[in-house]
Amino acid sequence: MKPPPFEYHAPRDLGEALRILAGVRGKVLAGGQSLIPLLNMRLMAPEHLIDINRIESLATIETTPRGVTVGALARHSEVEHSGAHPLLGQALRLVAHPVIRNRGTVVGSLVHADPAAELPAVLAVLNGSVRLARDGAAAGDAPLVRDVGAAEFFTGPLESAVRPDELAVSAFFPALPARTGTAFREVARRHGDYALAGVCAVVTLDDDLRVGSARVACVGVGPVPITVDVTSECDGRPAATVDWAAVTRAVREATEPEGDIHATAAYRLRLVGVLAGQALSEAAREAAAD
Amino acid sequence: MEHEITLVVNGDARRVRVPGRRLLSDCLRHDLGLTGTHVGCEHGVCGCCTVLLDGLPVRSCLTFAVTVDGHEITTVEGLAGPDGLSPVQRAFAECHGLQCGFCTPGFLCTVTALLRDNPAPTDDEVREGISGNLCRCTGYQNITKAVHRAAELLAEET
Repeated sequence: MKPPPFEYHAPRDLGEALRILAGVRGKVLAGGQSLIPLLNMRLMAPEHLIDINRIESLATIETTPRGVTVGALARHSEVEHSGAHPLLGQALRLVAHPVIRNRGTVVGSLVHADPAAELPAVLAVLNGSVRLARDGAAAGDAPLVRDVGAAEFFTGPLESAVRPDELAVSAFFPALPARTGTAFREVARRHGDYALAGVCAVVTLDDDLRVGSARVACVGVGPVPITVDVTSECDGRPAATVDWAAVTRAVREATEPEGDIHATAAYRLRLVGVLAGQALSEAAREAAAD
Repeated sequence: MEHEITLVVNGDARRVRVPGRRLLSDCLRHDLGLTGTHVGCEHGVCGCCTVLLDGLPVRSCLTFAVTVDGHEITTVEGLAGPDGLSPVQRAFAECHGLQCGFCTPGFLCTVTALLRDNPAPTDDEVREGISGNLCRCTGYQNITKAVHRAAELLAEET
């Protein structure tokens, strides 16, 4: 249970980090709450470790009317307590335990891309994006930057669109429109564990308090967060008269859970429907109160 | 390749040479001789190795020593003051919040920070606060009692 040897790099600024990433193949260390267990259990043995913990310019949380930009070194607990985004706050309270949240980072969780993790679902349901940077020495000096939307960012279980020479420098979570409610429901074996299944929902009501848009993202029931737009199933009705059974059927049909020692595929499929119904109706209630 | 780092442990600056892969838990125990920090699962589940990093509880088995070069660490050895045990330590003793004691250093560090941030937690807040620390002896009843008792002792002190 000790990490295998690696060459350790401790860049002081973003430019230095990107130059290192351009030259070696390795893993980026931020909070380490997923990476270090993998190293301790020897499930991973990178030759190089690039520790970005000294790059203070990445420890940022910026809120604008458009949304929240979370830097790569912003810890879960900092984002949770900043109150920067209601759905992020709801999701972060379900991430592991408070002590883990003191160290783990939001962007690190996105890049880790665990299909059962909460934060990828939040990015997906909000249509957020991740900013990736790579060394720009070949094309002048400024880092080369690209923004990747959530739909393209998560490419498979524990796989994201980050290329080996890129660093995820921030994530953008769009702000919610008016009369919008959110909710995150999940069921886990033990408090703080990864969920057997989970659903986060965003519901926006129109001027007459009818459902104008309704989206969910589901975790633990597919290789990546599964987003489902159920606006048409809500049929422009007021939240109180929506046929939630039809809506949850649409969610179940979009997911493809697998069974494992913790739960069968059939149980997960049933669970995701129940949780979708709960999350959507809770989000609709919150939207009506907004 | 080894790295020369300085950790401010319980108020004392300690210089130490460590390989990059040295976990903070092992650095404290093996390099600095502070064996109060216990190592249970070494993958972040049990919470026994919890220490305070710049005042915040973190898993020392999920932190590399070299990452926290220059930072302040408080271990269980640093919780007691010149007048003896801290209020949290006294409450755990008074309420029998431990049996074998293996998990206790992690609980003491976690609870010290919990009560600093929230001096009068509800029962739910206590349970949430210690949810990342496992105890296989007590059944947690006396631990939650000890947290509430520690809150009383801290309130009496101030």
